[in-house]
Amino acid sequence: MADPMKIRAAMAGDKVEVKVLMSHEMETGQRKDSKGATIPAWFIQNVTATHNGKTVLSAEWGPAVSKNPFLSFRFAGGKPGDKVVITWTDNKGDKRTDEATVA
Amino acid sequence: MNAWKLAAGAAAMAAVSIAGAQQRTAVEEIERYRAALGDGNPAELWEARGEGLWKEKRGPKNASLEKCDLGRGPGVVKGAYTVLPKYFADSDKVEDLESRLVTCMVTLQGFTREQAKKDPFGDPGKKVAMDALVAYVTSESRGMKMNVAATHPKEQEAYEVGQKIFYFRGGPHDFSCATCHGADNQRIRLQDLPNLTKTSDAQKAYGSWPAYRVSQGEVRSMQWRLYDCFRQQRFPELDFVSDASIALTMFLAKNANGGVFDAPSIKR
Repeated sequence: MADPMKIRAAMAGDKVEVKVLMSHEMETGQRKDSKGATIPAWFIQNVTATHNGKTVLSAEWGPAVSKNPFLSFRFAGGKPGDKVVITWTDNKGDKRTDEATVA
Repeated sequence: MNAWKLAAGAAAMAAVSIAGAQQRTAVEEIERYRAALGDGNPAELWEARGEGLWKEKRGPKNASLEKCDLGRGPGVVKGAYTVLPKYFADSDKVEDLESRLVTCMVTLQGFTREQAKKDPFGDPGKKVAMDALVAYVTSESRGMKMNVAATHPKEQEAYEVGQKIFYFRGGPHDFSCATCHGADNQRIRLQDLPNLTKTSDAQKAYGSWPAYRVSQGEVRSMQWRLYDCFRQQRFPELDFVSDASIALTMFLAKNANGGVFDAPSIKR
């Protein structure tokens, strides 16, 4: 089971600014271990963010994204107390969903 | 001939000042890079995992670490790192954070000492409890001033031993810690090295560990920093939570007294 994300969501002017830290190895599939064997690719493939059930961000990621990725974005139409839910799915099918309340 | 020498000298001077300017810009760029990363420091993931581990019932005694005395009383985590290393009467030893956590894992959770110190440092694909616990405990001292007493005779002894180690030259390179960390403006490649004999540098350096190392994708503790310095010096391997590592930490921590602790930080 993957570790929880750290999500912060706060008003920035009239928009909601969301900052997400995800815990993931993000292996590219290009690296080799100490014995010379290729380390299989293992990375987050899909990220979605919903605000009160409505999708506000949907992204397809690849192996070029860093380990333990940090994602920051803004969306309009939110207000304090609203719920933001983030979900990622990796190429092994592992999944993680966490939520935060807009401050 | 003389004119030729002069011209060559001037050219050399110009080359030196260009290199100096390039280096300064590179250092500034690294600072900018750090500031940009600081907002989303992945060390927070370690802090969160460490907090969970601190409260989780583990080990043969099925106990949490919540009663562990880190130097400010049982269970007090806030500000604990600012008074470490410290002499503890129960173990009759001077202990730094990592060795104290090992002691608590043994006394409270019932692990053997070997089990408790088996995996001191994480690696890609290998998550360990120690660096997460260190990240959590140190994060609870962020923004506070270092305040190591070093008044007990054993603490004073540790400080003096640490000082000796700091200035001890040895190994195939005939290096001491002071060779790199005893003068201003030293660097390894483009990485500036703090002059640890100067209070302001010592405070800043000590207050910035543990740190998330972007190049390694791991949170690295003070014990790891010393272990890796020894490796770079080509010294014998520094044993995790050994008396030597604690003594050296005592020397560095006391010299950083009064400095604001600002870690876990982020480094390139």
